[in-house]
Amino acid sequence: MNGRWSGFNIVSVVVGFTFLYLPIVLLVIYSFNASRLVTVWGGFSTQWYGEMLRNEALLAAASVTFRVALVSATAATVLGTLAAVALTRFMRFRGRLLFSGMVFAPLVMPEVITGLSLLLLFIAIDLDRTIVTVMLAHTTFSMCFVAVVVQSRLVTFDRSLEEAAQDLGCPPLKAFLTVTLPVIAPAVIAGWMLAFTLSLDDLVIASFTSGSGATTLPMRIYSQVRLGVTPEINAVCTVLIALVTTGVVAASILNKRSMVRRERAERMAFDER
Amino acid sequence: MGAARKWLVIAVPYLWLLVFFLVPFFIVFKISFSTTALSIPPYTPVFEFTEGVAGLVDKARQLTLDNYLWLTQDPLYLRSYLSSVWIAFVSTLLTLLIGYPLAYGMARASRSLRPLLVMLVILPFWTSFLIRVYAWIGILRREGLLNQLLTWLGVIDAPLTIINTNTAVYIGIVYSYLPFMVLPLYAALERMDESLIEAAQDLGCTRLQAFWKITFPLSLPGVVAGSMLVFIPAVGEFVIPDLLGGSETLMIGKTLWVEFFSNRDWPVASAVASILLLILVVPIVLFQHQQSRQSEDGR
Repeated sequence: MNGRWSGFNIVSVVVGFTFLYLPIVLLVIYSFNASRLVTVWGGFSTQWYGEMLRNEALLAAASVTFRVALVSATAATVLGTLAAVALTRFMRFRGRLLFSGMVFAPLVMPEVITGLSLLLLFIAIDLDRTIVTVMLAHTTFSMCFVAVVVQSRLVTFDRSLEEAAQDLGCPPLKAFLTVTLPVIAPAVIAGWMLAFTLSLDDLVIASFTSGSGATTLPMRIYSQVRLGVTPEINAVCTVLIALVTTGVVAASILNKRSMVRRERAERMAFDER
Repeated sequence: MGAARKWLVIAVPYLWLLVFFLVPFFIVFKISFSTTALSIPPYTPVFEFTEGVAGLVDKARQLTLDNYLWLTQDPLYLRSYLSSVWIAFVSTLLTLLIGYPLAYGMARASRSLRPLLVMLVILPFWTSFLIRVYAWIGILRREGLLNQLLTWLGVIDAPLTIINTNTAVYIGIVYSYLPFMVLPLYAALERMDESLIEAAQDLGCTRLQAFWKITFPLSLPGVVAGSMLVFIPAVGEFVIPDLLGGSETLMIGKTLWVEFFSNRDWPVASAVASILLLILVVPIVLFQHQQSRQSEDGR
């Protein structure tokens, strides 16, 4: 669609984005508040960041969260990419309908159901609740997000490139790794990042599947938030927002650059013909 | 790819999802028929495969519908289900009302501006859900920023009570799920051919008529996908009603949480989850159907 950008369009875009961003901006501003009263401005201060770094329970939770996110995002990327390949390359196999159902359902499944069902599974197979069970749980729900992201890239991929490599004597696995994978790499990386942040964010599923000694950062934040809003929590949230924003922006710039480079290479290859 | 390799590519994620996604549902279902017990885990197991057929028959006699009967006896559960569906429905409608003009405006922006706008919609989606809900507590509280602003403007004399009411829950859901609504809407609107609307106007349609007769029907797949992405998870939402809602807010996600963590009644929690899943089966199947059709259209 490409029409005139009317006043109404501009107003709705501006209002929409103000609604999306204002609460986050306010939260960041008030993390630099000198006053302990969260909603009364008492001057600029970074003291809450210091408090945050001295809070050992918080740091321990952060360490648990990062370990869980790292392991589960990596496992989810491998499993999710395999699932995406299976869904796009093999149109007919026994149980395909069930398979695609299991890939798409977790995207909308209420977290309380996923959390409860995984916990009951771990108890049924007599697996103690530790950091490992949280990793297993996070891998399961985030692999489906990875599968969807990678799949959307795979369907637009021209398979004849891979077939050409195979015709020239390249073994299938090598053809996939050297021809297809570099092309879908941005989607795979985006999938990993999505899995990482999903794991970083999750409160409900982690609460069900973690045991003692494996308190994650969202669980810690949640228990403090229930006691009231504190500037220290604002500081923690600001750090997390900064981390995620930097990651997403960096990834999208890298992605754009690799796209430009590929287009240029394709154009050059075409010109040489 | 060889047959063995094809088998491996399918089998690994397939088995993982079977074990960690499908089997757990059957366990939930199974436990919803067992009796509550004061032990760890706090329920009497329904059957063990090691006990053989005789054991199975014996245990089958112990299966109980008590947990489901209990759900019908205490009005709390029925009210929780109804109120969850109602709150999710109203929130979905509100999200659509706010999301549609935003997506429409984005789709009509200049080609060079669009990637930036899409990025701006996706970015809040990446930032923590919990943090975004938390941000609203500071705004909606009695002594919060909204009341300060309204008092300063002279709109109100006494602070409004918004936090711990259903209004706060609506605001929280609309805010948190807005990107899920905007992205599919934008995808549907962006693809649309502007000349169709020009043609309709040439044929005597007013702009509003052209919108209702052409634009809106063509964007319906986006409306359905966006609404499903908001409605289904919103029905089972826990964090938003817990942090922003009050004692009047009944939502099934919260009821399940309390049943599980505070009352430690796992069989009843499992029954609550089973019924919730039953309610959501139709919208989930609808969503999946549309997703797989879309992914096949993309090729």
